Amino acid sequence: MKAIDQTTIVFTSRSANEGFARACTACFAAQLDPTLDEVADIKTAVSEAVTNAIVHAYPDRIGRITLRLRLLAGNLLEVQVKDSGVGIPDVEQARTALFTTGNEERSGMGFSIMESFMDSLKVRSAVGRGTTVTMRKRISKRREGTP
Amino acid sequence: MPITVNRQPGGLAIVLSGEIDHHGARVMMQQLEDAIARDLPMHLTLDLSGVTFMDSSGIAVLLRTLRQMNQLGGTLRVTAIPAQARRVLDAAGVGRLITLE
Ligand SMILES: Nc1ncnc2c1ncn2[C@@H]1O[C@H](COP(=O)(O)OP(=O)(O)OP(=O)(O)O)[C@@H](O)[C@H]1O
Ligand SMILES: [Mg+2]
Repeated sequence: MKAIDQTTIVFTSRSANEGFARACTACFAAQLDPTLDEVADIKTAVSEAVTNAIVHAYPDRIGRITLRLRLLAGNLLEVQVKDSGVGIPDVEQARTALFTTGNEERSGMGFSIMESFMDSLKVRSAVGRGTTVTMRKRISKRREGTP
Repeated sequence: MPITVNRQPGGLAIVLSGEIDHHGARVMMQQLEDAIARDLPMHLTLDLSGVTFMDSSGIAVLLRTLRQMNQLGGTLRVTAIPAQARRVLDAAGVGRLITLE
């Protein structure tokens, strides 16, 4: 699908960049004139994906995270979060609610939240190579002239 | 200071504020644990009115606080939940475990 607009941001897997990634995504999405709820959903989903890259992909080193934002035809926002970390051995299991390999600071709900807050979620991963999470959400078209 | 502790008859009311993500959760969790260990309250109310963003890291904070209160034989209530945090808690079904008001 051809992108109408696109931006790519590369940052390190430091936890301070979670807020940075949310802010970047909200700014890019602003051109779609989303509702406050839609912005909140998108920020939450990107926060989950980026936190996973920080916590799980690079457990004991600082790595690189690529956030690619695309605007597609039909008011569709695509958010892609890519890491070159440890990878996921069993994606289906990882996507199951409550499944976690993390410590008590994790609840195993990240993928479930991404799934329920976005229209689609695709996870591609290879052990030792990294993980790419791609999510899409259609933003409601608000009629022009209405407040 | 992401938490503000208010002593009340019978327990504690703690107001949480700021963004509860993985970056902010650790400090908040430590402060909560310290406040609970100091006062050993029978009733704890967490007021989320100042929370501007929350993700799954916030769920873990709430569940850990619940466990701590259960160990004391006390109760936990979560109040003044902003819309965004509410959606996260609902998506995770946290209402089955914790009283959300
Ligand atoms: N980018 C990634 N790299 C490697 N493993 C990952 C990645 N993302 C997710 N995982 C694996 O998938 C599991 C489930 O992820 P999910 O986000 O659903 O839950 P969690 O991160 O463990 O907990 P929570 O998101 O609730 O804090 C993780 O515990 C981890 O094992
Ligand atoms: Mg996660």
